[in-house]
Formats: sequence, C-alpha cells, structure tokens
Amino acid sequence: MIIGVPFRGLPRPESKQVRKATSGGFVGLGMLATAFGICAVGTLLYAVASDGIWVLDWHFLTSFTHYKPEEAGIKAALAGTLWVMGFTALFAVPVGIGAAIYLEEFAGKNPLTKILEININNLAGVPSVVYGLLGLALFVHFVGLGRSITAGALTLALLILPIIIVAAREGLRSVPPSIREAAIALGATKWQAVRFQVLPVAMPTMLTGVILALARAIGETAPLIVVGAYTVVLFTPTSPADTYTVLPVQIYNWIDLPQPGFQDNAAAGIIVLLVVLLSMSSIAVALRHIFAKRRVW
Amino acid sequence: MVINQIGNFRDVLKIGQDRSGGSDNRPPNLERSEGYAVEITGLNAWYGEHLAIRDISLAVSRKGVTAVIGPSGCGKSTFVRCLNRMHELVGGRVEGRILFEGQDIYARGVDAVELRSRIGMVFQKPNPFPKSIFENVAFGLRINGYSRGEIADIVERSLRRAALWEEVKDRLNKNALALSGGQQQRLCIARALAVEPELILMDEPCSALDPMATLAIEDLIRSLAEEYTIVIVTHNMQQAARVSDETVFLTMGEDRAGFMVEHGPTEQIFTNPADKRTEDYITGRFG
Repeated sequence: MIIGVPFRGLPRPESKQVRKATSGGFVGLGMLATAFGICAVGTLLYAVASDGIWVLDWHFLTSFTHYKPEEAGIKAALAGTLWVMGFTALFAVPVGIGAAIYLEEFAGKNPLTKILEININNLAGVPSVVYGLLGLALFVHFVGLGRSITAGALTLALLILPIIIVAAREGLRSVPPSIREAAIALGATKWQAVRFQVLPVAMPTMLTGVILALARAIGETAPLIVVGAYTVVLFTPTSPADTYTVLPVQIYNWIDLPQPGFQDNAAAGIIVLLVVLLSMSSIAVALRHIFAKRRVW
Repeated sequence: MVINQIGNFRDVLKIGQDRSGGSDNRPPNLERSEGYAVEITGLNAWYGEHLAIRDISLAVSRKGVTAVIGPSGCGKSTFVRCLNRMHELVGGRVEGRILFEGQDIYARGVDAVELRSRIGMVFQKPNPFPKSIFENVAFGLRINGYSRGEIADIVERSLRRAALWEEVKDRLNKNALALSGGQQQRLCIARALAVEPELILMDEPCSALDPMATLAIEDLIRSLAEEYTIVIVTHNMQQAARVSDETVFLTMGEDRAGFMVEHGPTEQIFTNPADKRTEDYITGRFG
C-alpha cells in the first residue's frame, strides 16, 4: 500500500467511537450469554446437591433398591453402568477407530465415500430412542440376546459409533500430510505410515473423542429402557448375559415413584452419575495432556 | 533473485566454490563414464484432467547434481514426484517411460514401496516426525528390517554424513521438532541417507530456510554429490548455479502444461543457453 494517499471513492470508515461501542457491545452480549449458561448449570447443580447430598453415603452406594426410600441404594445401577459401558467400549472403539482409519487414510475420494461421510454425520444426530428401537428389533429379538447387558451395550455401541468415527477422523485429519509423505518416501507402506507415524500423533484427539462419546452413552436412558433395562434389580451382574439396570434408568424410575424420599434418592443418583461423568472427562483431559507433553508441536 | 547479466555467472559460481573449500576442485562437469541413473522418455503427468507435464525426455547422469529450474507452476515438483511414484498418491496419472537403473518403474509388477526405499526424498518444508532425533533417522531402517545393533551405527553414520552429528550427538533422544529449521532439514537428509538411496530427490529443500541454513544445506549437497545422484528442484537460480552440474529448464505453455526447454551442463545453461526462453528466464526477463 502506498502510504500518504488518502482513501478516495471509498465510503469513509466508521468513526473510532462507533467502532469501539460496537466492539464493547459485543463483548457485553457475550458475557451475558456466558453468565446465563453458568447460572442455569449452577442452579441445577445447587438444586440437585441440596436434595441429594443428605442421602449420599456409603449405605446408598452399597445397597440395592428397596421399597422404603431410606433403605434404597444405587449398587445395582452403578454396577450395571460399569458393565454396560465396558462392553459398549469393547464393541464401539475398535470398530469406530478402524472405520475412521479406513475412511480417512485408505478409502479414495469418490461419490460412495462422500455419501458414507454425509450419512455418518447424520447418524450422529439421530435421536437415541431410534437406536433403542433398532436394538430391540435387531439384538433383543432377531439375534435373541434378550434383555441382556450384551444387547444394551451393542445398542449403545451403535449409538456412539458415528460420534467415535467423526472424532477419530478429526484426529487423523489434524496430522499434517507431510508426515505421511515423509514416511511413504522412505519406503513405508501406507499401513506402516499410519501405524507408526500418524496414529501416535492423532492418538490424544482420538482418545478424547472416544471418552466423550462414552460419556454421552453413560447418560442415555431412552434406548436402554426400550431394549429392556430393568428398573428393579436386586443383584449385581456376573456375566454379559445377565439382566441389568443403569444409573439413568434407576434415576428415572425413582423420580416416577410417589414417595418424596425417592426424589432425594434420584438427586443423589444424579450426583453419582455426574461424578462418574466428570471422572471420565478428567481422564480425557489427563490423557491429552500426557500425550501432548510427549511432543513439541 | 536474478542474475542480471549472463557474465555474472562466473562470479556467482566462484562464491559457491569459495564457501565449499576454496580451491576450484570441482570441474564444471564430473566425469561420468558410468552412464545414466534415470532415463525418461515422453513423460506426461496429469492431475485429474489437468496436464501438468508434457512430453519430457531426458537422462539424469549418475553421481552429481541435476537442478530443475523454471517459473512457478511449471511442474518442477510434479516432475520429481514422478521419479519416485509419489505423484500417483495424490491421484496423479503418469504416461511415458521412466527407467531407473535400467528398470521401468511404472512397469507392471514393480513395487512402488520397494522403489521408494531406494530413492530418498527431501521436501520443501522440513518435515521431521514428531519423535526423537534418533527415531527420525531410525524409522526408515526399522521398516526395512534392519537389526537393532545395525540401526545405532547407521543412525550415527547418517547424521555425520548430513553434517549434523556434532550438533545433536548429546541429545539424540530429544524431540526433533526442537531443532532449528536448518537442522531439521539436515535431519531429513540424514533420514533419507540412512536407507542408502541410489537417488536423492530434493524439492526446493531450502525455500523455507534462512540464508545461513541454506548455505549449510548447499555445502552438504555438494559433498553428497560425490557419492550420490541428486535431482534438486529450485526456484533460486543462483542456487542452481552453485550446486548443480547439470540444469534442466522447464517452463509452461498457454495451457499451463509444463515442458522442457533445455537440458545441459549448468555452466552452459547459465552462460550460453541454446534457447531464447532460457536466456530470458535466467536474465530475469520473466519468471
């Protein structure tokens, strides 16, 4: 640009004051929006904590549910949640990451993969109850798994599969192509380039995606009610063929009961669920941190 | 940067030689009785529907440096990427024949992976793996099945060969990305040297580097030229004049397809080009 030549024929820029005011106004609106969000979450947490914290004790964590609210506990649901999440991860993670690696690194760019990509993104937005119906028809009845942990875990695995695929592809895409070129130019096969150079770099992002997907699955209620999670379970599962209940289903069930004591139990159950969720997120953050430390990017 | 008068070539060349050891110990052309490393006949290369290179035929002499120069977009990078079959990875298509040590690399049954392990490549932007310095050099060896004991020796030898050993010997386990740009590029050269390539392709290896780092790389290229066949793409004509024994000048036509104008000893291309277009480009009238 030539210095010293004034603008000609262009509209005069807005005055400094106007621009400053616009900028300040936007900052104000943004802060307001943030404050609203924080207030909403804060109120929710306060409401839950004030009801539930009195119920939450060792007895609550180690007892089965009961017809008397003060005797009831969350043991079966907590155990059920751990079982279901374990098997969900077992089914969804290898398939999801495998699919992501194939789509991102090996499949060519053609109309078919384009359609696949759009559909995977759409699947991530399908309401979860629809997956419940699919699971009911496919796993519970057609495959004949019944109302088992396996059926529930497979249903949830389907539900989070698209999320895992999308997140894992994001991770792979964040690896600069120059890394792949470098490996291939040295005589690496495509798989060697992916396995030894791309995956280690993509790992933190992929792991974060996986854990966040599992965190979504842990809170799902509707599909598990549809595929038959029981609400009154008086034992902890010992095999994936057992019947089960999970935290959100138990909470949902308690809220539905007329005695006021069960409302407090539900609040305490929500606290337990939140703690499990937060620990999973913390693991995600910690893993990302550990992996990020290993490289200077 | 442009050499304004053809007569300046000598001076430019001398600057290059002074750096690399003083005396004029490099003949303008190395004796090459050993024949050609690469023979290219009628090479066409496409990106989808776009013809990027049209009908290039030339032979690259064994040992020494061949520079590929030409204006932006004339297909210099595409040309070298055809030589190690990297062009096909981005969906490119190649026609014509390329003989590498007498073997047609696009013939049916030729394993591109095996071919690439015999041809090293150095890229425009230093691209070390985000791993330790040692692992960067060792990777090519590991995938080619060298044993643990051999690897340590070859890593050291390669780093020495790339004039990097003294700077990194105490921190081989440190992340390669902590090195400076010039060091990273020399590491990339060491990484390529480790697998004992018969041909080294360099795609504007100094374009992301500062003048001092560029100098170091150019010296390295000259010293490697005694043992290796090197094809270097550069947009810097002075660099081509300094480091190469032979120069290939590419330009492009109206349809944006690159083609070869002239190929000859570097000195001749820079002092007495046969083609008017070469002269115009070298003297800075276009490009």
